[in-house]
Amino acid sequence: MNRDEMRLPHPAEKAEHFSEKSGVEINTSKLKRGVTRRRALKVLAAGAAGAAALQSTGCIDESETAPNTGAFGETTGRKPRAAGTSTDPNLITPVVPWDLVLTKEELETLAALCDVIIPGDARSPSASTVDAHGFIDEWVSAPYEGNQNDLVIVRGGLVWLGVESTNRFGRRFVEIGPNEKAEICDDICYEPNAAPEFKVAARFFDKVRDLTSTAFWTTDEGMADLGFVGNRPMPSFEGPPPEVLRLLRLI
Amino acid sequence: MAAYVLACHGVRVLMLEAGRDYDPVSETPMFQLPREAPLRGAATDDKPFGFYDATVDGGWRVPGEPYTSADGVNFMWWRSRMLGGRTNHWGRISLRMGPYDFKPYSRDGHGFDWPMTYKDMAPWYDKTEAFVGVYGSNEGLENTPDSSPGILQPPPAPRAYELLTQKACKGLDIPTVPAHLAILTERQDADRLSKFLWPNNPLAQRVTRESMQDRAACYWATPCGRGCSIKANFQSPTVCLPPALATGNLTIVTNAMVREVMIDRKGRATGVHYIDKETRTDQEARADVVILAASACESARILLNSKSSLFMDGLANNSGLVGKYLMDTVGAGVSGQIPALENLPRHPEEGASALHMYMPWWLYDQELDFARGYHIEFGGGQRMPGFGAFSGIEPLTEGAYGQKFKEECRRYYGSFMYFDGRGEMIPNEDCYCEIDPDVVDEWGIPVLKFHWKWSDHEIHQARHMHQTFAEIFEAMGGRVLSNVETDGARAILAPGQIIHEVGCTRMGDDPSHSVVNQYCQSWDVPNLFVMDGGPFVSNADKNPTLSIMAIAWRSSEYLVEQLRHRSFR
Repeated sequence: MNRDEMRLPHPAEKAEHFSEKSGVEINTSKLKRGVTRRRALKVLAAGAAGAAALQSTGCIDESETAPNTGAFGETTGRKPRAAGTSTDPNLITPVVPWDLVLTKEELETLAALCDVIIPGDARSPSASTVDAHGFIDEWVSAPYEGNQNDLVIVRGGLVWLGVESTNRFGRRFVEIGPNEKAEICDDICYEPNAAPEFKVAARFFDKVRDLTSTAFWTTDEGMADLGFVGNRPMPSFEGPPPEVLRLLRLI
Repeated sequence: MAAYVLACHGVRVLMLEAGRDYDPVSETPMFQLPREAPLRGAATDDKPFGFYDATVDGGWRVPGEPYTSADGVNFMWWRSRMLGGRTNHWGRISLRMGPYDFKPYSRDGHGFDWPMTYKDMAPWYDKTEAFVGVYGSNEGLENTPDSSPGILQPPPAPRAYELLTQKACKGLDIPTVPAHLAILTERQDADRLSKFLWPNNPLAQRVTRESMQDRAACYWATPCGRGCSIKANFQSPTVCLPPALATGNLTIVTNAMVREVMIDRKGRATGVHYIDKETRTDQEARADVVILAASACESARILLNSKSSLFMDGLANNSGLVGKYLMDTVGAGVSGQIPALENLPRHPEEGASALHMYMPWWLYDQELDFARGYHIEFGGGQRMPGFGAFSGIEPLTEGAYGQKFKEECRRYYGSFMYFDGRGEMIPNEDCYCEIDPDVVDEWGIPVLKFHWKWSDHEIHQARHMHQTFAEIFEAMGGRVLSNVETDGARAILAPGQIIHEVGCTRMGDDPSHSVVNQYCQSWDVPNLFVMDGGPFVSNADKNPTLSIMAIAWRSSEYLVEQLRHRSFR
């Protein structure tokens, strides 16, 4: 058998698991409003160093965490010391065994971005209301290689977002209004259409959108929003109701 | 399966399991949500089929138990270390091999024939299906055998996307029929079936009846790959082992990693050496008969590691074929989106978790640029959102975010589908495993090294799969979202990845060209049997588990006859 026989991943999910090779590579050329490449490099490097310092307070040994490739390396060079789930975890009452690494400020910015991606409406709350940013923290804190690569993408992107917001509007991303946030996000929301200087930020945005999406739609609120009606025992399986068959022109 | 059949016949059986004890009743996460799992249940290196997958200490890597590959070979070997092994998480797809499948060489000149015919096997398929519980229908299709009356469980109602697919495939002359899966759609008729399976054997009837009465029918929720605490699907620890233990004739020792078969001076098997993993000490188990059922490659590994002055190249290997003609299934898939399925009214679509319908191979009479064929497995529907929900739909939404994105997710929910081909590989001399002389595992046992090369048959078949699936999407008015490859080498999945590895100890009529006879009995060591996928001569597109069990049942009955005649004394 294979993975598809067991459950139904979204087509993109396969890519999620099998091609996690991209390290951070924030393209800083031609940043708007006169930010030089040199300055942007400096900002991002500081972010990466901050990340290392932070992790030393977690369960990753400090001596292992010095970034050896600077801000633009292909990988972080970290050797995660934290434990994963193990190959034989308790499946009935699961626990997340690793410490979370994002800072309070990073989480605030992330929460704001999650809500730009999935805002609240009449049917369901916003992404941050159901702790989507908390899930992203869990994701990027995990010790697996793909997750560690995502940590760099997310952290680097959050720094970029702060710099971009400050340069454009003189305030941090969490402080600007909806129209200002949209002005930035419109530039990075779709890589194929993004200007060359926004391509890498667009990849960051896509990563956060994917993770926010997973986080939101897997909550009780998200599943209710979609109208998912399964995962409960039923005495029989009747197939699709007549209304569905009519809409599909099968009757 | 062998332990169940033998124990029912009053044979005292000792089962050695390399993994830990495992209880699906108490350990299966039946209704646990993705949000309750780390990373929303995403696949990781520790749990490569997702957090809730019923695989213990395994996956593509088993801690402390490496394997190696020749340069340029990316063979993937899935193992688990738990009672019941890979029967706990498998896809439950249970297709009989047909008349053509047992005589492939006679039909097209490729590969080799099996020593038995479909007709020889049909009664054992009936028994196996009746015992484990398989849903499906009899369609009378070419090389897609019907079961005897009263054997199959009723197939579940098709889902909306399955009916839509069936309609589109009708226009392409591709038959879409009820799939056969080892899942109970209703409770087994325990009285009738136990008498059918075990006429004149009151003990076997009783343990079988009571075990069947202890199984519930599917309640149409939760993925089968997690296992099944209500015993509605087939996995060895809920179906084979309880009745076998109830006979009082079976003893199970877990955490027992077998490394070598022991022999006496006459070349008869006397038992096995195993490592007790808890004390890390070597132990012996003695027996009149040894049956290896460790999986095709693992059983070959044990034989190749069982060297002696009598058997310099490994036990039961006078033919030199142990480890040779390793096969997997040809796999390739295409995924996409169907606009007709957007915004459908919500209704339960989990059903029996996996396929309710499938497409058996349909081009037997066509000249193609590859031999043999494939069946199609497909999926979709309004499933429980899990990790990756709505990831990567950018090409559809053009980067939407905000309220627009939220509404696009609602619109597209349940409209994604995939089609996977599962096809026959022709056995070839370049695909085999051997002992790597340089590497041992943490138990001190030399490990396997894999060699692999696809032939053009497999490559062309994978290309054909992609083309066909693109045509189906087109016929359904859908959009393909994955790559459709015109080069089959880019379409085909890695060897081993479908987890249908068979061969390595193939059966035959001639001791010089086979390792075992048609009853899985070694030609060289008559009290040694191999009852897993190892004796497979070919690997039809039919998923192998059902055939492994049916052949094991038939071989076990033969073994009982031999014991009655005291053939091994």
